[in-house]
Amino acid sequence: MPAPTSAGTSLVTARERALAVLGGEPDDATLRRYLHGIAGVDAVGLEQRAAGLATRSIKTSSKMWALDKIISLIDLTTLEGADTPGKVRSLVAKAVNPDPTDATVPRVAAVCVYGDLVPDAVDALGGAHGDPDDGLISVAAVATAFPSGRSSLDIKLADTADAVAAGADEIDMVIDRGAFLAGRYGLVFDQIAAVKEACRRPDGTSASLKVILETGELVTYDNVRRASWLSILAGGDFIKTSTGKVQPAATLPVTLLMLEVVRDWHLMTGHRIGVKPAGGIRASKDAIRYLVTVAETAGEQWLQPHLFRFGASSLLNDVLLQRQKMTTGHYSGADYVTID
Amino acid sequence: MSFLEYAPAPESRAILSLRDTYGLFIDGEFVDGRGTPFQTISPASEEHIATIANANAADVDAAVAAARRAYDRTWSKMSGRDRGKYLFRIARLVQERSRELAVAESLDNGKPIKESRDVDVPLVAAWFFYYAGWADKLDYAGLGADPRSLGVAAQVIPWNFPLLMLAWKIAPALAAGNTVVLKPAETTPLTALIFAEIIQQADLPPGVVNIITGAGDTGATLVAHEGVDKVAFTGSTAVGRAIAKQIAGTDKKATLELGGKAANIVFDDAPIDQAIEGIVNGIFFNQGHVCCAGSRLLVQENIHDEVVERLKLRLSTLRLGDPLDKNTDIGAINSKEQLERIRMLSDVGVEEGAERWSVPCEIPENGFWYAPTIFTNVQTSSRIAREEIFGPVLSVLTFRTPAEAIAKANNTPYGLSAGIWTDKGSRILAVADKLRAGVVWANTFNRFDPSSPFGGYKESGYGREGGRHGLAAYLSPAPIGQAALSAGRGGAQRRLETKEATPTRRVTKRATKGSKK
Repeated sequence: MPAPTSAGTSLVTARERALAVLGGEPDDATLRRYLHGIAGVDAVGLEQRAAGLATRSIKTSSKMWALDKIISLIDLTTLEGADTPGKVRSLVAKAVNPDPTDATVPRVAAVCVYGDLVPDAVDALGGAHGDPDDGLISVAAVATAFPSGRSSLDIKLADTADAVAAGADEIDMVIDRGAFLAGRYGLVFDQIAAVKEACRRPDGTSASLKVILETGELVTYDNVRRASWLSILAGGDFIKTSTGKVQPAATLPVTLLMLEVVRDWHLMTGHRIGVKPAGGIRASKDAIRYLVTVAETAGEQWLQPHLFRFGASSLLNDVLLQRQKMTTGHYSGADYVTID
Repeated sequence: MSFLEYAPAPESRAILSLRDTYGLFIDGEFVDGRGTPFQTISPASEEHIATIANANAADVDAAVAAARRAYDRTWSKMSGRDRGKYLFRIARLVQERSRELAVAESLDNGKPIKESRDVDVPLVAAWFFYYAGWADKLDYAGLGADPRSLGVAAQVIPWNFPLLMLAWKIAPALAAGNTVVLKPAETTPLTALIFAEIIQQADLPPGVVNIITGAGDTGATLVAHEGVDKVAFTGSTAVGRAIAKQIAGTDKKATLELGGKAANIVFDDAPIDQAIEGIVNGIFFNQGHVCCAGSRLLVQENIHDEVVERLKLRLSTLRLGDPLDKNTDIGAINSKEQLERIRMLSDVGVEEGAERWSVPCEIPENGFWYAPTIFTNVQTSSRIAREEIFGPVLSVLTFRTPAEAIAKANNTPYGLSAGIWTDKGSRILAVADKLRAGVVWANTFNRFDPSSPFGGYKESGYGREGGRHGLAAYLSPAPIGQAALSAGRGGAQRRLETKEATPTRRVTKRATKGSKK
């Protein structure tokens, strides 16, 4: 366990904060010492705890609240080679008005697209583009040679800067899993810090940075925990499980573990970091289990768009079906929700 | 609205079809008891559930006689394969009626439905399935070829896991070819009586399983009955000691599973989040009404403050309330008497200078409740560190080195279980080797499996339940050189046959039997 270090609020940059926590330059050796000093994860116990949280029974008024909350936390996503401006317009229309038969349905938090389609998303959103806290919808772009991350740093930075310049509010970057697995923690740190810098806009504000760990390639929970700490130390605003292109993608135990990290980081520094499970969450029932896990691990204050997101595409329609069932008392069917 | 105030999600009681009154289950039938009937109530609301018959000495006689007849006429003569079929049938019926059993258990005992549904009842079925498989393989039980059943087993079980303890007792006894008279605890007879219906449904030959209800005196009469060959008891060390005295000098065999004050040892390299879960599960599972509960937390001094802080955070998310609500983590204390004992010992802790912290939670108006509580600044000499509280109360102590942890863990008259939390495999093996406890869990706690033996050292009792070892408690090796001659004749039967005989004749008779070797 790292000793709780108080990083004062005067430390504005991630680098200063990291230096304070690490007590040294974020090179391979210092990071290794720090990350390997963090308590290990017992896989059986972690999975048992996740399974226990999954048995919570969320009914009636709690379920209704949960369904609306899930919608408001969705990053509605399309990440296909076949994506077109038309497809993005369709996605955006769905994001703005998820259920044309019910105006009380909240909007999703963001749409998530490839970097080159950011202008189309911004254009399609028009006046609806903005901060989810204001009832508007953000644009998230995947960057840094998503999904593999296998390109030079210059390319990754240009990829990021392009998306930000085009109006992206959030950047979903991938870490260099090869470097991480090779123990080159300093390199991973520097890349995240550089991408974070590339998120900066000319006016001094910055796009929010989600760091994708691709937990399916890190494989062990110990690796996931270390990569989570590393990403937060390097300046990530969110830690995200997966690209959705590698199986397994998001799982409840992995998300629970990442939530434990952000909880511990908050206890240690007072800063709140977001968590985004992505890929494989398709059913309302599963999504509700994630909400329970968030509320009982990090706390209820994490159930807001700046601290928790679902990266999903088909989840929204299942939630809408469940919502229709709750409001009308009977199940409808796939023809009563729109495809995007 | 707070999301964490989950809307009520009560399990329906409609699945239960309880009777107003329950008789004694003797010889395959429910019969009236001759003692004064008593009430069983729900500890969560103090509402009346049913009126239960009370067995007096004559009823005990009838039950033992029925078990003896069933033993002589059918069960001891039946092939292991056929006994196994009955046990498989019982296991499947338990599964079929699992929801009903879980609801009844939570209603009568006060434990949360998620525990009775996900732990107790599935384990009950697993126990019957496991021992069903053993019934025709007794030659491999470790007692040599053709081991013999003992005869009639008197079984007295506690109120903390009513149905599970019934399964732990009945399944191996029946698999080994014994018949049983079982007495459930006075406060939790309900599931045993529903189990009696399952016995009828399974068409088990009458008298093989007899269930008599009553208080401590009924149990004492049963244990002392001379028609009994084997006594199996789970409960307090005080009663266990009385039983051991009572049967001393007879040829009754005994298995006693008694109290505990388990140490849960957390080293500074432990997987901390899982260790916190393990501590919670170790002492707050089933409201701490667990004989193997990890009631003494031994935490390495350099992480003490962090562990306590995390523990308090985690405990604050526990939900205390209606046992039948599917989101309840902590149910009701089983009885007023037990609640008073927990309160008394907890107050003693404060008087002794320990620091008490209880989860701030709303306590329901009716019923018996105790908020999860931890004591810090507890010394090894404190009563709360030595006596079994049998409630949701954790005593936190510290240690500096592995040797000190082992010494403190073993410094107890009990020796039922222990836990070790560390990321270092070699330390697990080294420490486990030196702990004087029947069960040692590593990086987990309170996990049970029918294939794993369970039992204690020192004042935690003797004999093992579960696994192959559990069969040995209900079998004896075949007399050397003797095949089927004495099969089906247990010691008590011989005693009854020679009731009028002088001690000399009994000795002679045994000598004769022995001489056939």
